[in-house]
Amino acid sequence: MGEVLRTEGVCRYFGGLKAVENVSMTVNSGQIFGIIGPNGAGKTTFFNVCSGIYKPTKGRVYLCGRDISNMRPETISRLGITRTFQSMQLFKFMTVLENVKIGCHKGTKSGIFDAIFHTGRYKRDEEYVTRKSLETIEKAGLTKYAYTMAGSLPYGIQRRVEIARALATDPEILLLDEPAAGMNPMETVDLRKFVQELNRNGQTILLIEHDMKFVMNCCHNILVLNFGKKICEGTPEVVKKDPEVQAAYFGSGMIGGEVLNHA
Amino acid sequence: MNTLINAVKKVYGEHKVLFLAVIVVLLLILPFLGFKKSTIRIMCRILMYCTLAGSLNMINGYSGQTCIGQAGFFCIGAYTMAILSTRFGISFWILLPLGGIMAMLVGLIVSIPTLRLKGIYLSIITMGASEVIRIVALNWESLTGGSFGIKDIPRPSAGGFLVDSPMKFYYLFLILAVIFLFISSRVIRSRAGRAWMSIREDELAAKALSVQTSYYKASNFMYGAFWAGICGAAYAPYLQYIDSTVFSLDEGFNILSMVIIGGQGTLAGPIVGSALVNFLTEILRPVGTWRFVTYALLIIIMMWLRPQGLVGASDSILAGGRIKMKSKSKKAAKESA
Repeated sequence: MGEVLRTEGVCRYFGGLKAVENVSMTVNSGQIFGIIGPNGAGKTTFFNVCSGIYKPTKGRVYLCGRDISNMRPETISRLGITRTFQSMQLFKFMTVLENVKIGCHKGTKSGIFDAIFHTGRYKRDEEYVTRKSLETIEKAGLTKYAYTMAGSLPYGIQRRVEIARALATDPEILLLDEPAAGMNPMETVDLRKFVQELNRNGQTILLIEHDMKFVMNCCHNILVLNFGKKICEGTPEVVKKDPEVQAAYFGSGMIGGEVLNHA
Repeated sequence: MNTLINAVKKVYGEHKVLFLAVIVVLLLILPFLGFKKSTIRIMCRILMYCTLAGSLNMINGYSGQTCIGQAGFFCIGAYTMAILSTRFGISFWILLPLGGIMAMLVGLIVSIPTLRLKGIYLSIITMGASEVIRIVALNWESLTGGSFGIKDIPRPSAGGFLVDSPMKFYYLFLILAVIFLFISSRVIRSRAGRAWMSIREDELAAKALSVQTSYYKASNFMYGAFWAGICGAAYAPYLQYIDSTVFSLDEGFNILSMVIIGGQGTLAGPIVGSALVNFLTEILRPVGTWRFVTYALLIIIMMWLRPQGLVGASDSILAGGRIKMKSKSKKAAKESA
């Protein structure tokens, strides 16, 4: 089990605001790694640093041992980190199939001239893209929606389309930013099963989530952030019992701790 | 109106090949149906603007960059043709692609500093660039003849066959439009076309999926500019005389209105837009400059009633919330079941 994503003392400041302060963590291959924390703890900012949308103010990010701290998002994505967004960023006016096809952009090379003259490379690429997208769609259980406009689908399905689109890039590590946000309990359970199945097939996953049941039941390792700082890291059992985590979520009292233990 | 368009679309979908064949034959025999010369001139304009508006549609409709300075690229192509053919006597057939390439280079120069801009800021820059090009053409007298323009641009000829009447130009513009549509339909169904559309829909998500947005935005701009340049290069010998007033901002808005009225993000949109706007231009000749007011009103009404344009695709970004996706998804579900 090699490391996939490692951060070393990552900081991100917005002027005087320390959104992320000195966070180090290691995600190993084949893990589901969860990041939790109260609202405004800097989880999404940390994600943005990992995926290159923000540059870290200090510290380094390594993907499979390679320093990616100052690379552009499209380069990082090419190297193997693909993310989904908290506020879904689907291509709403394109069909599900077309959405996933854009995920296949990474694996193909044909340019405009290939397209004009329908060269061998174009044909190979198109064939690959179509096959790969249909496969990915099937894997995500979206076959019956393949030709539907993405924006018209129910919320839970849209989330799934976004994950499918990310999967089409064959990422080393998949970053999911609050995948269960806004879902009803049924959809959340479906999503958890889907994420776990992906993981069983060898996909490394890093996810942010607020739904404690989701995180505690599916993550192997959890990182807890509060006010941009790491306050705890470990297995769900360790995190549940950690007094600092309990304090961050419920204030320091008897009752708070009890609630968390029941989750 | 929507139901009518849907009905037409359905019939078209069922007999696509037949439909296209009939249209091509009609277009081929059209000039022989005994129209007046002036009518054929209007048809020439319509066909020329099919390509020109189509080239703008490639930028605005497919990659979602808002260019309104297409007249500038048009101008570059026309002046390339005019200057090099009158001074050096270079053949039309060499200058036609060269005009496109020159416009493409200018497109690259305009697009590089504007890669970070979008929406209204980008449109202001493109508008400015278009004006800069026109003013250079007006003031660089030694090269462009300044306000006197360039006269006697030679007509193109191929093996002794001189393209000199509006009727012959009709076929030239028709061939150009067909080539443009053919190539563009291939490009937008390719990896590059999908990348353009992903930028139109959501640039951040496109980046996260490893689409090099800067590269594709620039290449899209260049592609659009290339075809505008080709149009200019073909239009100059047709007019035989060009000066900078042909390429004013009015011209840019004229092209833009065709794209908007026809429907952005569809191949057929600019064709319909070009036919309608040129037709209106002729109809409204008696009211003089008041016709610009009509265009403005027409655009506002279009935005109101049918923001995706006359033949606009339901997946056009401008279509907004007015899409009826239900029926489409049912049909798709049936097909896959």
